[in-house]
Amino acid sequence: MSRARQKPKLAVWKFASCDGCQLSLLDCEDELLDVVGAVEIAYFLEASRATTAGPYDLSLVEGSITTAQDAERIQEIRKQSKFLITIGACATSGGIQALRNFKDVKDFISVVYASPKYIETLKTSTAISEHVKVDFELHGCPINKVQLLEVINAFLNQRKPNIASHSVCMECKRRGTVCVMVAHGTACLGPVTHAGCGAICPSYNRGCYGCFGPMETPNMPALSKWWKVELGVSDPNLVRALRTFNTNSKQFKEESERHE
Amino acid sequence: MAEKSQVIERDALDDLLKVLREQGYEVIGPTIQESAIVYDRIDGVSDMPVGWTDVQDGGSYRLKKRTDESRFGYVVGPHSWKKFLFPPELRLWRAKRDDAGFKILEEREQTKKYAFIGVRSCELHAIFIQDRVFMGGKHVDPVYKSRREKIFIVAVNCAEAGGTCFCVSMKTGPKAQSGYDLALTEIVERERHYFTVEVGSERGQEVLKELQHREAKHDEISAAEGRTRNASEQMGRTMDINDLKELLYRNYNHERWENVAERCLSCANCTMVCPTCFCTTVEDVTDLTGQYAERLRRWDSCFTIDFSYIHGGSLRKSAKSRYRQWMTHKLATWIDQFGTSGCVGCGRCITWCPVGIDITEEVKAIRESEGGTHGDQT
Repeated sequence: MSRARQKPKLAVWKFASCDGCQLSLLDCEDELLDVVGAVEIAYFLEASRATTAGPYDLSLVEGSITTAQDAERIQEIRKQSKFLITIGACATSGGIQALRNFKDVKDFISVVYASPKYIETLKTSTAISEHVKVDFELHGCPINKVQLLEVINAFLNQRKPNIASHSVCMECKRRGTVCVMVAHGTACLGPVTHAGCGAICPSYNRGCYGCFGPMETPNMPALSKWWKVELGVSDPNLVRALRTFNTNSKQFKEESERHE
Repeated sequence: MAEKSQVIERDALDDLLKVLREQGYEVIGPTIQESAIVYDRIDGVSDMPVGWTDVQDGGSYRLKKRTDESRFGYVVGPHSWKKFLFPPELRLWRAKRDDAGFKILEEREQTKKYAFIGVRSCELHAIFIQDRVFMGGKHVDPVYKSRREKIFIVAVNCAEAGGTCFCVSMKTGPKAQSGYDLALTEIVERERHYFTVEVGSERGQEVLKELQHREAKHDEISAAEGRTRNASEQMGRTMDINDLKELLYRNYNHERWENVAERCLSCANCTMVCPTCFCTTVEDVTDLTGQYAERLRRWDSCFTIDFSYIHGGSLRKSAKSRYRQWMTHKLATWIDQFGTSGCVGCGRCITWCPVGIDITEEVKAIRESEGGTHGDQT
């Protein structure tokens, strides 16, 4: 069978973010040669300043929208991209910087910057999907590089990515990790959190921090109730647990507001 | 085969593990990891939870020191034997593209043979249930079968019951009746610590021969019976199974399903820890070049959205429909499908539910509401 196909053009874009997710691509050391064998890396400033003009077959977008300029830039990227996949908590929910959404951003600016007058920023940090149509969202802070390869792979082979959206609990149980909530009384967001990390924290006796955001059908009130009544977690601590990398995701946000 | 109970002294347990290892078994038994008693490879009694017990309730599990040196002074933990017979993740086959299309590279199933130490009666029943699922019909699961055929089972009759145990209700314990190679009852007295041993197979007989043993005396047999009786009387939970299948079929639209859905996290822990749950998902994975593919099988759960996804969407979108599906399958449709209940009363789903949902309470609530509205006590 002839496998001669034109290499799809891949672009990697950065918005408000720490670069950790796009770094995951460079972190695929063993597979990197296969990746460049399969795609033309047309735009990826973290890897090379050589760029090729659009349109692009696949765009990976990291980061959230926090400035008016970025809100315009993402529109152009969408126009130039056949498929657009967002990677990481910033791009999929607004990231940790979405903590500003709960407060007045001007107050932050006045505290952080010596000359606040030079700062132009939006009041909110929002997910890419709030601005343009997104073809697939890959969750995580940071994303799991194996999952990133799987998404690229699925795109290249024109199939659905095998990315489960159930709870982290299933990953714990499959690897045989003892439940930290049941056996140690440790507050854990695993039951309401999207799988993908492989249940790292519980395997080190820590509760899940919810880095991958809400799972497919999170029952937030039921978990909060158990944390408060059975594990003795206070409202401020519950709010803090929900307001991290995915603070702006709908379910975590609403639940944190219920306990404010 | 010795039909009469035998006796081995406390320290012969280590010899038993040694004999099994010498016969080429990988010896798997209870051991403490991450503050829980789990099943893993053990090299001797020193790896076991000697002098420990577990305190269990809905959504809670804690280890506690005992005042004696019991080897099996606890009940079941988060793991079950299914992880060895029916592994959580398994590659089914690999394929490589070639000129003609593609070629399947077959997986060679491991030849490891396991000896399971400390299998409780409820767990034996769970294995029998999975036997029917994986080997009972026309389509036999080759992986399960090749592992199952080789296992050596050392059962242990519970001397105490746990806080979420209800094997008596499910008629699956606490005493192992069959299906084992050897069955032990641990007896800890002030002056003596020994095991009575029942032999369940020729293989068991052969292994026992290697150990110092003798026929049990009357008082030893009655001491063992006392331990079993004690466990029977201590059940932390009960479930009235009379007419249970019909009860659930009659109450498909009961308001209790809404009530439990408010508490249920759909996290799937109950199905993962259940020793009889057998659902899997199959994933096909390709490499970046499209020249190589793999088919993987993983434990799945009826609590996920993907589980009932068909063209157009998921059939069970609500937590209510998912919980109802699980519980009704376990306690009712399982009987139609396989001829027995799918529940063995081990209590794992109660203990390991992160929010302590209790299957026995759910049944009771539905049953009592009927009694309340119809006054029907039959």
